[in-house]
Formats: sequence, structure tokens, C-alpha cells
Amino acid sequence: MSNPDPAIDVAKLAALARIAVTPEERETLAREIPAILAFVEDIHEAGGSVRTDIGEHYNVFREDSDPHESGAYTQALVDAMPESERGYLRVRKILSQD
Amino acid sequence: MTLEGLTIARAREMLDTREVSAVELARAYVARAQEHNDALNAYLEIFADWEAQAAHADALIAEGRAGALTGIPIAVKDNILIEGRIASSASKILENYTARYDATVIEKLKAQGAVFTGRTNMDEFALGSSTENSAFGPTRNPHDTTRIPGGTSGGSAAAVAADIAVAALGSDTGGSIRQPAALCGVVGFKPTYGAVSRYGLMAAASSLDQIGTLAKTTHDAHTLFTAISGQDTRDATSLPDTFFTSMRKPKKIGVPRALLAEGVDADVHDAFMRSLDTLSQEYDIVDIELPTMRSALAAYYIINPAEVSTNLARYDGLRYGVAHAGESLIDDYRQTRGRGFGAETRRRVLIGTFVLSSGYADAYYRKATAVRTAIRDDFRRVFDDVDAIATPTSPTPAFLLGEKADDPLAMYAADVFTVPVNLTGVPALSVPMGTVDRDGATLPVGIQFLAPQGADASLCALGMQYEALHS
Repeated sequence: MSNPDPAIDVAKLAALARIAVTPEERETLAREIPAILAFVEDIHEAGGSVRTDIGEHYNVFREDSDPHESGAYTQALVDAMPESERGYLRVRKILSQD
Repeated sequence: MTLEGLTIARAREMLDTREVSAVELARAYVARAQEHNDALNAYLEIFADWEAQAAHADALIAEGRAGALTGIPIAVKDNILIEGRIASSASKILENYTARYDATVIEKLKAQGAVFTGRTNMDEFALGSSTENSAFGPTRNPHDTTRIPGGTSGGSAAAVAADIAVAALGSDTGGSIRQPAALCGVVGFKPTYGAVSRYGLMAAASSLDQIGTLAKTTHDAHTLFTAISGQDTRDATSLPDTFFTSMRKPKKIGVPRALLAEGVDADVHDAFMRSLDTLSQEYDIVDIELPTMRSALAAYYIINPAEVSTNLARYDGLRYGVAHAGESLIDDYRQTRGRGFGAETRRRVLIGTFVLSSGYADAYYRKATAVRTAIRDDFRRVFDDVDAIATPTSPTPAFLLGEKADDPLAMYAADVFTVPVNLTGVPALSVPMGTVDRDGATLPVGIQFLAPQGADASLCALGMQYEALHS
């Protein structure tokens, strides 16, 4: 099936979103995503200006003090890691020396 | 002991007068849950340590230290963290994830000695309207098990409706407490945005998410809300107590009649009109115009995926959860997320990625936030004149399992009356308003009341009055 909106490249979106999609799913999404975007097109008819005030909600920062005891949560966090080594998160090598 | 229809208020009396112990009460609920859960799939897990929790509650009662929820069996949605227990958001990507800390709402309920019966099923990461997006199978509606319970807090609503929990915690991003409450025939309360801390709630769309309560009566929903609400420095959007207004009996209720003319099933519309007649004994019912509400669904289905795609970026299989190895680091991410997320979650993340992408963010995401502001202004203008707004909670009763599963747009339309509430941050309550018949099944429907931000107490007073007039 051809993609009705050439602007929507599912493979590119999936790459940006770090999600592997199968070729079959890519076809389904190539139909569904433009349909959903057509559904939300209504907003272009609606009014409204971009809000510049911050409203009732704003970030609350705590004092940068009283840190917890170093290592207090280390074991619990390491236990949750799919791969760890000597208390460190084990990840793939991403730089090569070539 | 009869559990059918048992409320927090009545269970409190029974516990305080020693008519029943917390252990006996918990045993009865867990036994009933084990009996009915296979048919409903409301619970993803029934907690094995219920007896120890209940014994602790009995000790508090014996010491004269009982609070409103001491010994009350409460079900918890699977996206709220309880230390040491699995919390999966009904997703394969977190099926092995054990919470490392308590959510603030859990901390507060533990301090009172509430008994957690189990974790309830939901649409994966709170994305959906039917609980069919759970990676662990759909929940079924206790009124007709061929139908959906609504969503995303479908497990919580079904558990309360089936009397396998006295009350439950849920979360509401676009109607996820109110719509399943309506479709299962229970009360669902989404408090003012900022009234209840979200610390320890897995974020879906942060500017919309709110923890709230499901119960058999408005009184119970309010009791549970009171126990979990309050400012929390660990949730940057939580509001101080001074923001909230004290109870004032509402007098004038606005109805956006123009919006009800289309898309609402005729018998749901009739039930709503009868409810307005009932309410007119005590309240002035007036017509209101909310023209921007027509754009709410479109704005919501831009803002929600945008925030979801951002929040769900954290699930990468590196630090916790299930990991699937690929050919490189970037392929690890792609495989983990491709296989770990369900179809609707993948769809939302991709749409969110699109509406936030360079070249489209102005046309979609920024425009949607502008529309959101216009909707807020519209609501503010209406609330200058009326104390509350009433609508049906959902335009239809519970639909059949699978009926809309392959049609995301039909599914999104189920949220037409509930999403404006989250876009504006106001509190809203769904209360049962009767039943309609579909193919031989008698199905509950709900009426939704909205109040201005901070008027949570007045909103609950209205719900209680409606229940009294309606019965």
C-alpha cells in the first residue's frame, strides 16, 4: 500500500524512536499514522495562542544539601540491572580504536 | 460475611466494633478474588502476604490507632510502585521489574495500615480505553464478561464492581479512572491536577496524569482521596493545601447541550436527561457553551503521544526491565523497545516522535498546547457563572471485547467527554446514573461532574447529593 502522506516515513520515525518494527507492521502504521494525523487536523481550525505565563504549576527544586549516604541505594539499583559487573552497569563498547 | 456492595464506611464500622477483624475481612476478599479472577483478569497478582498486612492492621486497631483506612482491602493499579513488589504497567518490558521504593500514595496508605489486595490490570503504560492493551490479556466487565471494562484502570474498576476489593487506586490521563468506573457501575474520582502526588506513579503524559480513586460510593472515593492527597516536595507539580477551596454546596450546574447532540447513544442520552431532571429538584440546570471542547480530542491526541514518547524513552533495557540483545547498542534499544512495547504503545511513541519532530512541532505540538490554553480559558469563563458542569462520562456503554481493538480512532472517540478535564486540570467525578440494555445484557452508564480547580470537596458533595436524589 502506498503511503498517502509522503512526509511520513515510518522507517525513519521508528529509527528516531529506537523501536524495531517488522515490515508488516510498517505497512499497517503507514496507513494508521496518517489517519490519526488527519483526525487531529481539527486543531488547525481552532483558535488559541501559545501560553507564555507559567500558570499555577512550576518546578520546585529542593535545597542542594543533605545528600543521602553514599551507596545507600547502590545494591538495589544494581540488582535491577539486566547486566552488571562489580557494582557497575555493564554496557556495550560504543567507541572503537580504529 | 456478605461482601456484595460493602463500602469503606461500613467496613470501618465493622472493624471498629470488632464485628470482624482485618484478617477475616482480607481473607474473605482474597478468597472471593481467587474465585472470580480467572473469569475477570482484574488482578495481575493477588498479594500472598495479605494476612501479615491485615494482622498489622488488627494490631493498630487494638491499640486504638485506627485511621479511616486501617484494615480496608484496597487494590492498586499496576503502574503505582510498592517497594519489593513487581510493578509492570501491564507491559512485557517491565514484567520482571521490582519496585525499589514506595509511591507517596502507598507510603500514606501503609502508614494507616490499609491492606493491599493485589495489583490490577490496565492498558499498557496507561495507553488505551478498554484494558485490551494489557500485555497480560484483557480484563472483562463483571456485568458482561464478553465486554470490556473500560480503561485504562479497567482492572481497578472491575475489582471494585465485582466486590473483590472495597476500593482501588487508579490513574487518569484522559479518563482512565472515570470511563472504566462508568462502564463498570462504580464511582471514579480524578482529583485536581496536583492534588495527589505522582511520586512513584509511572509517568505516561506528565501534564495530564493524576492518581485518583475508585469506590462504590462518592463518600468512599472521597475518603480514599483524603488519605492520599497533600503536597509532596517529591512531585514538582503538587499543590499546597491553600490552593484548595473548602466545601461549598454547588447551586448551578451547566450542561453543554450542543455537544450532546451527536455521537451519544440515544439511551445513554435519555439516562442523562433523566438525571438532569432529578438534579433539577435541588440545582439550577443551565445551558452552557464550550465551543473549544470540540477541539479537545484532537489536542489531546497530540499532547498525549508527545509526552508519552518522551516519558517512555527511559525504557531502554539498560538499567532495569527486560532486555533483548541486538547487533549494536542502538540495535539493543530497538529490539528491546520493539519487542517489549505492545502495538498501541509503539503507535503512540511513533506519533509522539512525529508531532515533536523538527518541521512539524509548530504545526502539531505547539498548536495543540495553544488550543489547550483556549480550552482552559473557555472552562474558566464558564466556571465564572456555574459551580459545576455535567456530561455523560462516556457516549456509549461497555463495548464488546475486540469491537474497536483494530480501530485506534474509534477507541480514541470513547474519551470525548473525559479528555477536556485532563487538558484543563479540573477535578471530575463519575457516578453511576443507571443502566442501558445491549443484546440482553444490562450495562451501567455514568454521569460526569466537573468543578473548578481546587473545588474537590464541593465536587464530592455534589456527587453525594446526586446519589441521594437518584436512589
